[in-house]
Amino acid sequence: MSVLELNHVKKSFNNGTLHVLKDISLSVEKGEVVAIIGPSGSGKSTLLRCATLLERIDSGEVCFDGHYAARTGDDGTAVYADKAELKQIRNYFGLVFQQFNLFPHYSVLKNVMDAPICVQKRERAEVEVSARKTLEKMGLGDKADAYPCQLSGGQQQRVAIARALEMNPEILFFDEPTSALDPELTGEVLKVIRALAEEHMTMVIVTHEMAFARAVADKVIFMDGGVIVEQGAPEAVFGDTQQERTKQFLARYNERP
Amino acid sequence: MTLLTMIAKMSEGLGKTCAIFFLTILFSLPLGMLITLLRMSKNKVVSGVTRFVIAVLRGTPLMLQLLAVTYGPYYLFGMAIAKNKLIPVVIAFAINYAAYFAEIYRGGIESIPVGQYEAANVLGYTKTQTFLRIILPQVVKRIMPSITNEVVTLVKDTSMAFTVSYQEMFTIGKQIANSQTSFMPFVVAGVFYFVFNAIVDFVMGKIEKRMDYYK
Repeated sequence: MSVLELNHVKKSFNNGTLHVLKDISLSVEKGEVVAIIGPSGSGKSTLLRCATLLERIDSGEVCFDGHYAARTGDDGTAVYADKAELKQIRNYFGLVFQQFNLFPHYSVLKNVMDAPICVQKRERAEVEVSARKTLEKMGLGDKADAYPCQLSGGQQQRVAIARALEMNPEILFFDEPTSALDPELTGEVLKVIRALAEEHMTMVIVTHEMAFARAVADKVIFMDGGVIVEQGAPEAVFGDTQQERTKQFLARYNERP
Repeated sequence: MTLLTMIAKMSEGLGKTCAIFFLTILFSLPLGMLITLLRMSKNKVVSGVTRFVIAVLRGTPLMLQLLAVTYGPYYLFGMAIAKNKLIPVVIAFAINYAAYFAEIYRGGIESIPVGQYEAANVLGYTKTQTFLRIILPQVVKRIMPSITNEVVTLVKDTSMAFTVSYQEMFTIGKQIANSQTSFMPFVVAGVFYFVFNAIVDFVMGKIEKRMDYYK
C-alpha cells in the first residue's frame, strides 16, 4: 500500500476562477524520496499544502496508508473525513516549511518536545531522551537550550526537521526547505535531508536545487501550469528528457553561471 | 490648612483610587479578551454587533459612561442609586477599558504570522492548544507596550470618579481646593499620580524584561 496517494486532485482559488491544480495523481511508496521541481506558480507548493491538509481540495482523493483524508463524494466534490479521523491522519505526516515556522517563545528542545507531549501524550522523560538524540543527529546537540532567534537559518531549519521527525511521521514533506537560506547554509540542510534519505525515510521534497534532486530522489516530478508534465527516475527526467517544456526549464538551470 | 493635613486628608482617598485601579485591571483584562473573541468571530452578526459596541465605548467620553452607569438605572427604571459608588464606577471603567484592551489584543493576534498556526496545525495541536500554547504567549509579549500605555492612562483616569462624587483621592482634593480656595491640592494630586505611575512603569518594565529572552 502506498504511504501517500493523491488521485485526480483539483484545486482552484478565487471562487474557482484560478485553477492551480488540474487533475494531479501521484503515489509515494514506503522509503521513496520524491522530488517535485518546476517553475514558480506551477502548483508545487499548493500540492504540498493540499497533501498536508493545510488547503482543502475541490475534488479528488487524498489518502495516507489506506486512510482517506478526502474522497470524492456523490456530487463529484471532495468530502473530508471527520475531525477525529483527520487528527489521526495528521499523525502520518510531517511538514518542513520554507520559513521554518519554529515557535519563537520555546527553546530548541521545547520546540521538538512540545507536540509529542501535548498532542501524542507521550511520556516527558522518554520524549526528552529521544528529542536530544534527534537534535544530536541534526548536529544541534549543543543548541538544545538556545532560542530560535539565536540560531542561523540553517540551524533553525534543522530544528524544524527535528521537530517534524520527533512526531515519528510515516512521510515527511519539505516545502522548498532551502529557499530562504544562503548557499552555505543550504548545504548543511541538504546534508541532513540526504542522511534521512539514506535511512530510507519516505519524503516528498519541493525544491529548486536540481543537483540535489537528481542525486537524492528516487523519483522526480516536473510540474508546470498545475499539471504533472513529466515524471520518472532522475536519470530519465534529467538525462533523457522527453517533454519540450521540461527541456526548456532544465536548460535554463544549466545555463546558469 | 497646612500642606501636611492636606496630604493626610487626600491620602485617605488613595485606598479608593487604588480600588478603582486594581479592580478595573482585574475585570477589564479578561473581559477584553472575551470581546476580542466575539469581535473576531466568523459569525458576521456577532462580530458586527461587537464592533458597534466597541465603537460606542471608545467613541463616547468615559465621563459620560460613568454618569450613565451610576445614574442611568435610576432615570430609566427608577432603581435606587448604588450606595457604594465603587460598584458603578468599576463597572463603567472595566467595560470602557475592556473595549480598548480588546482592540489591542486583536491587533496582537492578527500580527502573529499565519505560519505559526500552520506549523501547529500540521503538528496536530487542537485550536485551543494552538491559541493558548503557541499564539497567546507571543501576543502577550507583542502587546505589552500598548497595555502599559493603557494602564498608565487608567491611573490618571481614576480621577474621573469625582463626576459621581466617589470619595477617591482626587475628589477629596477638589473639595479641599474649593473650600480653601487653594491650588495646592491639585499639585499634591499631580505628585500622587506621578509616583503611582512611576511604580506602574517599573512593574510593567519588569514584566516586559521577563519576556525579553526571545525575539
